[in-house]
Amino acid sequence: MTATTATTITIEAPPKGRRPISRSFWQTAWRRLSRDPVALVCGGILLLILLAAIFAPLIAPHDPYRTSMARRLLPIGDARHWLGTDELGRDLLSRLIYGGRMSLFMGFAPVVLATLIGGTLGIVAGYCGGAINMAIMRVTDVFYAFPSVLLAVAISGVLGAGLVNSLVSLTLVFTPPLARIAESVTTQIRNQDYVEAARATGASGWRIVFGHVLSNVTGPILIYASSMISVAIVIASGLSFLGLGVSPPNAEWGLMLNTLRQSIYVAPVNAILPGVMIFITSMTMNLISDSLRASMDVKV
Amino acid sequence: MLLYLARRILYTLPIAVGVSIVCFLLIHLAPGDPLSAVIPEGASPEVVAQIKTAYGFDQPLPIQYLNWIWRAVHGDFGMSIMTRRPVMSEVAPAVVNTMILAMAAVLLGFGFGILLGLIAGYTSGSLVDRAVTAISVTGVSVPHYWLGMVLIVIFAVHLGVLPAMGMGAQGSQTFALDWVSLRHLILPACAMAVIPAGIIARSVRGTVIEVLKQDYVQTLFAKGLPPQRVFVHVVKNAAPTVLAIMGLQFAQLLGGSILVETVFSWPGTGFLLNSAIFTRDLPILQGTILVLSMFFVTINLIVDLMQSVLDPRIKRA
Repeated sequence: MTATTATTITIEAPPKGRRPISRSFWQTAWRRLSRDPVALVCGGILLLILLAAIFAPLIAPHDPYRTSMARRLLPIGDARHWLGTDELGRDLLSRLIYGGRMSLFMGFAPVVLATLIGGTLGIVAGYCGGAINMAIMRVTDVFYAFPSVLLAVAISGVLGAGLVNSLVSLTLVFTPPLARIAESVTTQIRNQDYVEAARATGASGWRIVFGHVLSNVTGPILIYASSMISVAIVIASGLSFLGLGVSPPNAEWGLMLNTLRQSIYVAPVNAILPGVMIFITSMTMNLISDSLRASMDVKV
Repeated sequence: MLLYLARRILYTLPIAVGVSIVCFLLIHLAPGDPLSAVIPEGASPEVVAQIKTAYGFDQPLPIQYLNWIWRAVHGDFGMSIMTRRPVMSEVAPAVVNTMILAMAAVLLGFGFGILLGLIAGYTSGSLVDRAVTAISVTGVSVPHYWLGMVLIVIFAVHLGVLPAMGMGAQGSQTFALDWVSLRHLILPACAMAVIPAGIIARSVRGTVIEVLKQDYVQTLFAKGLPPQRVFVHVVKNAAPTVLAIMGLQFAQLLGGSILVETVFSWPGTGFLLNSAIFTRDLPILQGTILVLSMFFVTINLIVDLMQSVLDPRIKRA
């Protein structure tokens, strides 16, 4: 057996001129992410859509609100209107570019709000424990007990159509799952030995929360929130599609899909065009979220 | 076991009560008077007060809630403002129609999802696996209401082989098990099946890879068990996780069908909700949401219980 043979142990000298590299968690994650081809391509596409939305007035070839009865539902490939026109003769390309403003905002804003609100609630519940935990988590459980689309439609439906109301309803939909994740991670961290040690050495509650809890909660929350953005874009556009989001004549992908639906037999390709934008955005966001998860090596 | 079941059911009760409170409060969230659709223009204050008393709106909120929930558990959800018919007689057939659509979508979505997930899980890392992963990401990301429109364009507008709207001949409101009804079911069911198919393919793939990595699976292979018998073990161990996700997906379908139902004019709860929102028929809105969310709560409970039967380890947690 090999156990009887003498083993020689060679100690390699550290490579000269290069200090051993030590990277923090975030540096490692960023390094992996920046070398992931899928993340780079998707990030590029998303950035392009975002930039187009931000600089819409500079890029859009036509006024997105100018109607023309003579140029209604022109097909794709028209010399003046590259992607054709909609049912009121408005330039579709310009409306898609402008539409990104509202649609992207409705995808990101509710998730950011829900992350802040849900994260705070979850950390407070997890850190305080006891009755406070019970109170916060049971209320979130109730909202979590609704199917997400139904809750969004119900609240928007009752409050009435509009940008702010959709924002409120979507935030309410995404807050409970985020609070749940923050709570479970915080509860785990709170009982760790090193947190106990920190407490024993006299660290204040704030210090423990900001120093230990927050750094552990951020990863899982970020990953979950990023996967929620694609859901938010789809549901938010869905609300506008039902007529519960922004009101016409605003350019918004879901709303455009709604109004163009009447022309589905006349100009089918034009009618489904806004949905392509929703699809691309939600897909790239999903793939980025997957890469983010892989780069952080966290299981949620 | 029995004790666990009892505890689990007891734990669901406060959630169900909470859900019903939220449904009740929805009406009070609405801007303006909930009775504005009932009170005639220019009614005198006495008449308004009389109507308020008749509907019980003069009482404090907790009393109103108790009265409402008492009637609701007896199947009385009030009257529709638009049709003046009992809410229950509007909601019940709609729920049945949504169920039919959801069941069809579930069969399609779960079938494809499990199949794709198993293939990808067994061939993880290969080209096939990558293709399946790409398909499932597409399924998860696609806006299903838009997919519905695309299906209409392809199969109803261009090919003209399947109907685009409704549930059967001449705007039928009830489902009959015949060829015409089934043809109407195909497109909406496909549009709805994509999301669960994608999610389930993903989770089956992940679980299968996880199980295949376990030591006992290696042992099974090592002792010469034929792959199809090892497969039985894999399925047994993957089932609880996958089952939980399937239950959640089925429940989400019931609530999420509103968009697809609107695209295809399917006379289900989504369609009912949609018209209730735009006619401000709050009793219908409230009744539909209460019924659907109670289904959701119940399905989640059933899934939990089934999971603990399948996997006794969960019970201890």
